[in-house]
Amino acid sequence: MKEEVGTKKETGPPDVDCVEAVHQLYHYLDGELTEERRKAISYHLDLCGSCADAAGFEQELRVVIANCCRDRVPESLKARIAEALHLEAERGAGTGPGVSDPGGS
Amino acid sequence: MADQARFTELAMEYMPALYSAALRMTRNPSDAEDLVQETYLKAYRAFAGFTEGTNLKAWLYRILTNTYINTYRAAKRRPEIADVEDVEDLYLYRRLASTGGGDPGRSAEDLALERFTDDDVKAALESLPDAFRIAVLLADVEGFSYKEIADITDVPIGTVMSRIHRGRRALQKALHEFAEARGLVGTSPSAAE
Repeated sequence: MKEEVGTKKETGPPDVDCVEAVHQLYHYLDGELTEERRKAISYHLDLCGSCADAAGFEQELRVVIANCCRDRVPESLKARIAEALHLEAERGAGTGPGVSDPGGS
Repeated sequence: MADQARFTELAMEYMPALYSAALRMTRNPSDAEDLVQETYLKAYRAFAGFTEGTNLKAWLYRILTNTYINTYRAAKRRPEIADVEDVEDLYLYRRLASTGGGDPGRSAEDLALERFTDDDVKAALESLPDAFRIAVLLADVEGFSYKEIADITDVPIGTVMSRIHRGRRALQKALHEFAEARGLVGTSPSAAE
């Protein structure tokens, strides 16, 4: 899936080939590239259909992963936590054995 | 002692996200509930030391992750570092795209993606070793930055990147195996309906 950009321009983003674009795709989609690199990869994706397809797929897959992991919190757990925090607050208010353990150990 | 009302006001909205993450970590609803409760108790006790205006969500995830690693993983005596095998870039895309689709308007890989059930994706995620599973979870489900994940998990940013990227590719391989086992890919093109 090699689609070289071909002509090198004097101005504009530096040429990026498919190997490099794919290699940096995760950094690109994660928004973790410098602005210069981001532009260079973006420029390549504008010109290279196969890399743009692959990038679209990776983006879509991420949405699928994120969406599958939205489990509903059981009402019983919400109640349990509210109760536990309430007890903890009462203990801390002076009726309990004193200093709580900060952050656990 | 921290202000309970203030803590409740700020922290409770993250419970669904924390609970989902806890489920993927422990792979078990009962342990996940205990883990989330313990996280909230620890967070509440430590809340006085939390600086309002800083990243509360990341702070809660840090407590969740540490509690999971120190309590649940230790209890199960899992090895501290398990590795994933090296999988090439675009593993799933290349395999799905090459199988051919039945619908001319849609690409084969997008159609295949739609056929994965939530359970497929959860099972694939849960098949990853802890360090990789947690990194992918924090990045792809919660959208934390590399830097935030480094802070949450207490590992250098380079290690975080490596775990996210390798974990994602291993996840793709696991998904592909599910797809093959269920006949979603690798069968005749006419099976696309």
